[in-house]
Amino acid sequence: MTIRFNDETFRDDYTFHNSPEAIRRFPFPFDQDSYMYSVNLEPHAGGRAGTPFQNRFDVDEHYVAEMKDREITLAQDPLRCQSLPHMELAGWDFLELVMVSKAEDYPELFELHRDGDRWHWINRPLGIEQRFTFLDPTTLPCGPLEYITRQTQGDHALLDQRDDNLWMDAGMITSQADWSLDFDIGMNFYEWHAPVPKAHEMGVFQRALKFLLNLRQEAPVRRLNWTMTVNPRLDTSPENYHKWGPEKRTITPETVGAKQHLRVELQTLWRLPRSNAIAFPIRCYLCSLEDIVTQPKWGRRLHRVLRDLPDELAEYKGFAVNRPTIVDYLAKFDDGAPTSPGIFPD
Amino acid sequence: MSALTLRVTEITPLSPLVTRFRFEHPEGAGLPLFSGGAHVVVEMPDAGVLRRNAYSLISDPLDGSGYEIAVRREDGGRGGSRFLHTKVSVGDLLRVNLPVNLFALDLRAKKQLMIAGGIGITPFLAQLKQLARLQMPFELHYAARSRAEAAGIALLPDLPQIHVHISDEGNRMDLGAILSGQPLGTHVYTCGPEGLIAAVDETAARLGWPKGALHSEAFLAPPPGAPFTVTLKSGREIEVGAHQSLLEALEAAEVAVDWSCRGGACGRCETGVSACHGRIEHHDHWLSDEEKASQTKIMPCVSRFVGETLTLDL
Repeated sequence: MTIRFNDETFRDDYTFHNSPEAIRRFPFPFDQDSYMYSVNLEPHAGGRAGTPFQNRFDVDEHYVAEMKDREITLAQDPLRCQSLPHMELAGWDFLELVMVSKAEDYPELFELHRDGDRWHWINRPLGIEQRFTFLDPTTLPCGPLEYITRQTQGDHALLDQRDDNLWMDAGMITSQADWSLDFDIGMNFYEWHAPVPKAHEMGVFQRALKFLLNLRQEAPVRRLNWTMTVNPRLDTSPENYHKWGPEKRTITPETVGAKQHLRVELQTLWRLPRSNAIAFPIRCYLCSLEDIVTQPKWGRRLHRVLRDLPDELAEYKGFAVNRPTIVDYLAKFDDGAPTSPGIFPD
Repeated sequence: MSALTLRVTEITPLSPLVTRFRFEHPEGAGLPLFSGGAHVVVEMPDAGVLRRNAYSLISDPLDGSGYEIAVRREDGGRGGSRFLHTKVSVGDLLRVNLPVNLFALDLRAKKQLMIAGGIGITPFLAQLKQLARLQMPFELHYAARSRAEAAGIALLPDLPQIHVHISDEGNRMDLGAILSGQPLGTHVYTCGPEGLIAAVDETAARLGWPKGALHSEAFLAPPPGAPFTVTLKSGREIEVGAHQSLLEALEAAEVAVDWSCRGGACGRCETGVSACHGRIEHHDHWLSDEEKASQTKIMPCVSRFVGETLTLDL
């Protein structure tokens, strides 16, 4: 498999774009014509060939550009990557998981050679070659979590497990849907989910936490989450709200198709072996409405979901102000025909 | 449930009652690493009954060449330890489930203080190896009735931080002295009989230890009791024998129930109760006091029932 990496930006002139293949493989998150929260976890054990579910860590045409964007964000705000002192072992666990997975799943892009604790890592797309000693942080240019997540698409949180709870004690968060690692660091599962409407009363978090505390090694799980973003911007952080918040006001009936993006997070959860921590990669995929509607099933379904969504969810997901314009645009692509089950295009 | 089929490669008696078993992959493949305090569930096909017992791993968590457990022979138990001691030989293949940790070290601690009673030494043997790798300060106290019973002595490194207390030799463990001299930020871990755990909790409370710094693991085996009957949604009745757990009876009847620790700690086998005329004997550490009192949930791995009818949501 060869991947042509896009030359594109996720800020300023926003030259981000999806190829026709990238649109077809977009992880459309709705398996029916309506949406409500659920603990929609399933085993992360492969999936249909070519989809983002096939490999443990999906690498796509946006890889190189996303890593450049992360570098810019980190240079402006180093606190986007933090690891409390007791999380270093979990960082090594995660580095191993990513390197082993990528070298096995994309042998033409990544290589890992191990001789005991002496490791040799080659990342061809980013032009990196590194020899280091596993579990010895002095042999890497930065901590293990920062090192590997500068080379891995998606945000990544490492959750410590203790006192029957999970604690957000380390992470690399530069492409988030309006939450802040610097604010959430050290919080437990209930604390960092406190702003989410409705789900608490539904008992969603209690059930999800019970499930995650029992997450087993070598049995990762995944779920999809979604929101809406104006312009293909990865860094929609509270720290930079002044930069992207006003862009919501640029949506008009003429611009909505190109500027309004459906933002989907492929979230996976992994029990790490040495630290007993949980790794929580949150991989972001963006697709403009005009690209979504090239798949007629998705156009019909997205119209119905957004039209019927409860107001507080539209408010929480931050697109209430543009919902009428979005729904009017999508209505043109909904002829009322029934849609097939499942998330994949027809 | 992900399980590996592993070969028994070494059987080493450590004391008259305790034997160490080593498992390796039949083709020599590396086994998944783990964290100190983790346990595995070993499956034992014993004369038509499939027994599944949880044992703490005692080998080095960062050594994937094999898993080791130390098993105390309990002749009054339900037969799992007797099976391992009398029916398993080097070369046999057994199914071993992947490690799960319900007794992990809190790596924020400034110092790790470990207190073991009897066979409760097992999780600490792996944690000691992990702490050596992490170069963290620790202290371990190991109490046993007699030297002959103290199977762990042979497996403990000779270090000044390790203290052995043999009560037959007049060297009883003094919890007050151990818990009063510790630096701030110390976490204490206790594994052993319920009485030891209660004594540590009580002494620590008296000395003003924060609750969040206390950790314990009781090695809880399903307690025997009088036979009883449960009813499923379909109306089908399942008999539970005196030396059988409800979970084992359900498995024998091929009723699917999810499980992990089989010791009342992890919550995985939590089962709803739709009707209860009688009293559930809750033996688990999972359900809250209110949940236990409501008699609407049961942990079938360890809990039993006395009374007329118990109908499960299964």
